[in-house]
Amino acid sequence: MGLLIKNAIIVNADKTGQAPQDILCDGGKIARIAAGIAAGGHETIDAAGKKVLPGLIDIHTHLRQPGREDKETIETGSRAAVKGGFTSIMCMPNTNPVIDNAMVVEFIIREADRVGLCNVYPIGAVTKAQKDEELTDMAELKSAGCLAFSDDGKSVLNSRLFRLAMEYAMMLDVLIIEHCQDPLLTAGGVMNEGIVSTKIGLKGDPGIAETVTVARDIEIARYLGARVHLAHMSLKRSCELIRFAKSQGIKVTAEACPHHFTLTDEACSGFDASTKVNPPLRTQEDVDAIKEAIADGTIDCIVTDHAPHTKEDKEVGFDGAPFGLIGLETSLSLTMTELVKPGIISLNQMADKMSAAPARLVGLTGKGAVRQGYDADLTIIDPDKEWTVTREGFVSKSKNSPFIGRKLKGSVEYTICGGRVVYKI
Amino acid sequence: MAGTKIMDQEAIRRAVLRMSHEILEKNKGVERLGLIGIRTRGVILAHRIKDAIKAIEGMDVPTGILDITLYRDDLTLVATSPVVRETHIDFDITGMKIVLVDDVFFTGRTIRAGLDALVDFGRPAAIQLAVLVDRGHRELPIRADFVGKNIPTAQNQDVQVILGESDGKTDEVVLKDAPENNEGGLNV
Amino acid sequence: MTWKHKHLLGLQDLSRRDIEMVLETAKSFKEVSSRDIKKVPALRGKTVVTLFFEASTRTRISFELAAKRLSADTLNIAANVSSTSKGETLLDTARNIEAMNVDAMVVRHSSSGSVFLLAEGLKCSVVNAGDGCREHPTQALLDIFTLQEKFGRIEGLKVGIVGDILHSRVARSNIWGLTKLGAKVTVCGPATLMPRGIEELGVDVCYDLNRVLKQSDALIALRLQKERQQDKFLPSMREYSRLFGLNQAKLSEAGDHLIVMHPGPTNRGLELSADVADGPQSVILDQVTNGVAVRMAVLYLVLGTKTPA
Repeated sequence: MGLLIKNAIIVNADKTGQAPQDILCDGGKIARIAAGIAAGGHETIDAAGKKVLPGLIDIHTHLRQPGREDKETIETGSRAAVKGGFTSIMCMPNTNPVIDNAMVVEFIIREADRVGLCNVYPIGAVTKAQKDEELTDMAELKSAGCLAFSDDGKSVLNSRLFRLAMEYAMMLDVLIIEHCQDPLLTAGGVMNEGIVSTKIGLKGDPGIAETVTVARDIEIARYLGARVHLAHMSLKRSCELIRFAKSQGIKVTAEACPHHFTLTDEACSGFDASTKVNPPLRTQEDVDAIKEAIADGTIDCIVTDHAPHTKEDKEVGFDGAPFGLIGLETSLSLTMTELVKPGIISLNQMADKMSAAPARLVGLTGKGAVRQGYDADLTIIDPDKEWTVTREGFVSKSKNSPFIGRKLKGSVEYTICGGRVVYKI
Repeated sequence: MAGTKIMDQEAIRRAVLRMSHEILEKNKGVERLGLIGIRTRGVILAHRIKDAIKAIEGMDVPTGILDITLYRDDLTLVATSPVVRETHIDFDITGMKIVLVDDVFFTGRTIRAGLDALVDFGRPAAIQLAVLVDRGHRELPIRADFVGKNIPTAQNQDVQVILGESDGKTDEVVLKDAPENNEGGLNV
Repeated sequence: MTWKHKHLLGLQDLSRRDIEMVLETAKSFKEVSSRDIKKVPALRGKTVVTLFFEASTRTRISFELAAKRLSADTLNIAANVSSTSKGETLLDTARNIEAMNVDAMVVRHSSSGSVFLLAEGLKCSVVNAGDGCREHPTQALLDIFTLQEKFGRIEGLKVGIVGDILHSRVARSNIWGLTKLGAKVTVCGPATLMPRGIEELGVDVCYDLNRVLKQSDALIALRLQKERQQDKFLPSMREYSRLFGLNQAKLSEAGDHLIVMHPGPTNRGLELSADVADGPQSVILDQVTNGVAVRMAVLYLVLGTKTPA
């Protein structure tokens, strides 16, 4: 027995279906897309009035397992993912132990299979224990299941080592995702350095900590002819550098997070630790530039940088709190509210930035589009439904969201992964 | 809100003059006598008594100002009238006969606070109390030594003393039915 | 006039009228402190706790004396910062203390904005005795009170603040307070210790102390933390002292019109020479005296306010 989605308006990255279609999922794949497929004993969903998107893909989350199961686990993280419409997520290696050997990769994949809600792809560390000293056994990690490598949480500060990592990754055809931030320039900053940090006396993290690393990485990529993917871009200047690099044919790609196109550093003035995030919330000028860069393709994809932290860890004052906020459950609605509804990007572009592009970047085949023969990973949304973010509403183990209380447009109605309904509103 | 006039300018003048005579009589002159007015209208009355005594005896009586805000038993008044004014007593009250002066004598709580405040400045030989109006309803065992006028009142009524120096209007004492919101008009 | 603040977290949140009310009230409390019996019963039965996560003798004693002179019961807790990092959060610690029916908590903490966390999470009044680099409102209030006493006005007064502006909560609170009352503030210090965009707070920036001295009515010298050199903000203490330390020669050249202030404790010979600190133009001890009066006023006002801030 398969799953039949009736009356679907299909939104792909390249086009939106004109007339409602039925989608038959069978054997984990999209078996058929046509009008008027007979119900024939299939489980049926009526998608009338809703939109059917390719299952959302987030190439930047933190699941905290192994190591900090009090903040999040693969199980709770998967639940948050499917609630947010994600059918595939890639988890960053800054766990304890670090994802720098095949055993940890296998553990995560096995645990994700047991949970069985969405696809979880571990990202391998670039350097052993993320210590910025020696490269990991990337080939072995790749064969264990890593599609991408990152020392996220921090930069690979050693420029020579980073060059070597990029060369090695080029050989293996895996993606290097770089967290761009020079810690010597950040120097303990906890929010954007600017007038707001000056006013409220919090240590500032200057934008140049990001941009000098962006510039370095672009230069190494240019020199090697290698690919590099720049994580969570937060600044106007970073966008300008990437735009320039792309115009030169340099193989740089980039991502941005909803909080960086929604909030400014003014949000930190209330000392709410859920606004403490790395890279920090910037200025309105930067927010506007990120939106523009998403629209014009400078920024390739939207990621959550879902970073769960417990109340206890966050409730220690702004200075002492860890960086990060949760994003899986608000990402789609923030993108709808801030980008699609105001007409900055189309629904198709959203399908691209949140599914097709990430699939392409990391080489996930059979994902990122609603197409016959592709995996039956689908996200059904109601683009007009309004809802209010509440603390109680989160299924993530942590609740550190700066968006609590905010009214958003667009909701996830169903998440279908491998032809199974894994979430229903 | 209109009220009933209880005393006019003349009546107030006569009452102050009479009290001044009574003070002199009871204390047998001005020796070791001091006057201390309770802010705000008690201060004005104290100065009027001082002037009257000067006219009668030709002598200056040392006169001080007492702000009893900090000695109140009710802190909640801070929100509406928070300003604490200075207390100004530039003479040593120890061993003196001090006449505490206030406008309206009601529950006795203001005077209780005034007595507490005074003893922080020294140890007077005696403390006496002079009030322009005694309206009754005492909540503490305190009585006045010199009274301008006794006025029977209901608990919910309000006695307003208007003096030229503080109010910029002709002196009078008015009895009013208390407004719903008693803010700022509390006689404690 | 009404006072509606249950907490005092900073001067950024106060209006000009609010600040003037504190100054006015402090005047009466200064009179109380000059009496033989330096105690009034205004806060009898109230409990004031000082909760200090950073060592400080002066500010804590000043608050303690202020509370005692108002007849409040006081309790001093020097909280060990490491104990709060061992699982117990700042708010937990404070809530445990508050549970013993505390009416006001005077808090110092090394984290900017930590007092907001407490004000939100506690039922009692919170008075900020310094939070990170953000604000030290009672210090600024006592500085302003002292200036008002010396000059009879704040409006139009020219005040220089010299030192490590970047990390100074005293500077920030003074900037908020002084500019609200119409003073002209110039900040002076090494460029590496000047926070970005400080001009937007309505102050002038000048790197030449001699010029600031000549044009100011008063100069507030800030305490320089020795660790700034380890953090590479400064080439050496010697160079700092040469450029931004105040000595009698520089002061004399500027003229005797100027008064010198310092929040204490002073690094003698570094930001202030001994002869200046003890000289006729220094009002440092007046600041200490006024500190008690100002803190009495603050405790009296916040504890008398029932409505939430």
